[in-house]
Amino acid sequence: MTTVETAVGTTKSMVLNMGPQHPSTHGVLRVLLELDGENVLTAVPDLGYLHTGIEKSCEDKTYSQAITLTDRMDYLNPLGNNLVYCLAVEKLLGLEVPKRAQYIRVMLVELQRISSHLVWLGTHALDMGAMSLMLYCFREREEILKIFERFAGQRMMTSYIRIGGLALEPPAGWREQVKRFLDMMPPRIDEYEALLTENRIWQGRLKGVGYLSAEDLVALGTTGPGLRAAGVAYDNRKAFPYSSYEEFEFNVPTRTESDCYARYLVRVAEMRESVKIVRQAMQKISEEGPVKTEAPGIVPPEREKMKTEMEALIYHFKIFTEGFSPPPGEAFVTVESPRGELGCFIASDGSPKPLRVHFRSPSFINLQALPKMVQGQLIADTVACIGTIDIVLGEVDR
Amino acid sequence: MTQLAKVNASVVVEQLRGWNAQAVSQVVEYRGETTIVVPKELLRATAQQCRDNPALNFNLLSDATCVDRFPVEPRFELNYHLLSIPRRERVRLRTSVSIQHPVIDSLVPLWPAANWLEREIFDLFGIRFEGHPDLRRILLPDDFEGAPLRRDFPVEGKR
Repeated sequence: MTTVETAVGTTKSMVLNMGPQHPSTHGVLRVLLELDGENVLTAVPDLGYLHTGIEKSCEDKTYSQAITLTDRMDYLNPLGNNLVYCLAVEKLLGLEVPKRAQYIRVMLVELQRISSHLVWLGTHALDMGAMSLMLYCFREREEILKIFERFAGQRMMTSYIRIGGLALEPPAGWREQVKRFLDMMPPRIDEYEALLTENRIWQGRLKGVGYLSAEDLVALGTTGPGLRAAGVAYDNRKAFPYSSYEEFEFNVPTRTESDCYARYLVRVAEMRESVKIVRQAMQKISEEGPVKTEAPGIVPPEREKMKTEMEALIYHFKIFTEGFSPPPGEAFVTVESPRGELGCFIASDGSPKPLRVHFRSPSFINLQALPKMVQGQLIADTVACIGTIDIVLGEVDR
Repeated sequence: MTQLAKVNASVVVEQLRGWNAQAVSQVVEYRGETTIVVPKELLRATAQQCRDNPALNFNLLSDATCVDRFPVEPRFELNYHLLSIPRRERVRLRTSVSIQHPVIDSLVPLWPAANWLEREIFDLFGIRFEGHPDLRRILLPDDFEGAPLRRDFPVEGKR
């Protein structure tokens, strides 16, 4: 545990413990603040309150069993976590996923991006004192969670994306439901912007707060909206397209101010882009077609086949007892999560259990920028900075 | 796509070999990813070359992690994933350290981003980083005994 001695004390300064039980730390983040009056001299984040050893647990699970653990890291982006893990295993195996499944994956992670940004916007506005917005944001998020529930049977811990494709065929009537949401969403984003963008208090709290130059952010490893708000148009979906993102048309919103307000504008613009991507994905997803690749021994066979075919039954038994063994080697895959570059590194030794699974979680690395961001700023601005870094502690501590 | 990756990989290897013939002890190409195996002593210098050489320009340290190959010796394999935002390219630098002397140069002087990544490896694998400004446990409590991500640490924990 980080103690008071960590901060350099002078007689004029005082040390304040922010968190781990503090609403504005969005979970169990503890920040030791050394203050001179209301100004922050140093900030020392203290992590690990939510460490659950997910990476170690993965070593004792078969490749398919570990998917359920990935949901629980970034709990605002479970489908994105499923996706990066499955892409990494598919890369190790050299598996191709059917186009239809790829488009459905894109549609779902983009909906997830909107829902994650909605939670961010609602909670951040709450931190800044705009309480009503949280109710609106969570109202819209609820619609997205209902879509996920239809698809996966779960609202949050979906585990819907599986190695080689998807868990299930999309449910009947999903198009109407997603379309209803897409028609509803852009005017709702306009409503949020009407409440906030020109709001003088909102601007006063965010403009010019938490500035870091693009060079500093790159050196600190920051990715995602935080980096794009500093004018660096780096987005994994464009730079290293995965899951057929190269076939989609969308913009990467950037700003140059690199303050909390710019990060807000980037995220709101990203929600609009995501709506565009989901629309395109809906057009691309065909009515009929496979959602899993044909890979006996890796992708579980259809239930019907198991009743009639001996091989299917044997494969099913083997997948769920022994698992499958990718050839020895490593794979590192990155996707663009709502928070930045989410990476998954898997090392296989040729056994049915991974030798090592490591997640490059964007929250963990983006949070490193906090001490530099808040240095010399007011304590109230620290809250704004933690908010606009957009951390999820489940992912920070893993 | 794969062909392009191959051409780029040879650029990295060529540039590094041209700078120091000892820097690249092995090049592994697997599933379109390039891994450059670097001698332990040359890790920081090679990483600096990757960052500062304008033809390479790997400006972002994306990830650093460790793989424990127990019982193979040297058992710890350190993987650094570098990313060049302007050139849209990745490369993995790899080096090994042994259990007898689990110490390696820190990359914090090159990328502040390495700070927490190395603290995490120190915390979970017990590898020390020379030149790290603040090498403390990061995820586990300070009084935790052992390095839990080592392969000889039981998954269910020690009781």
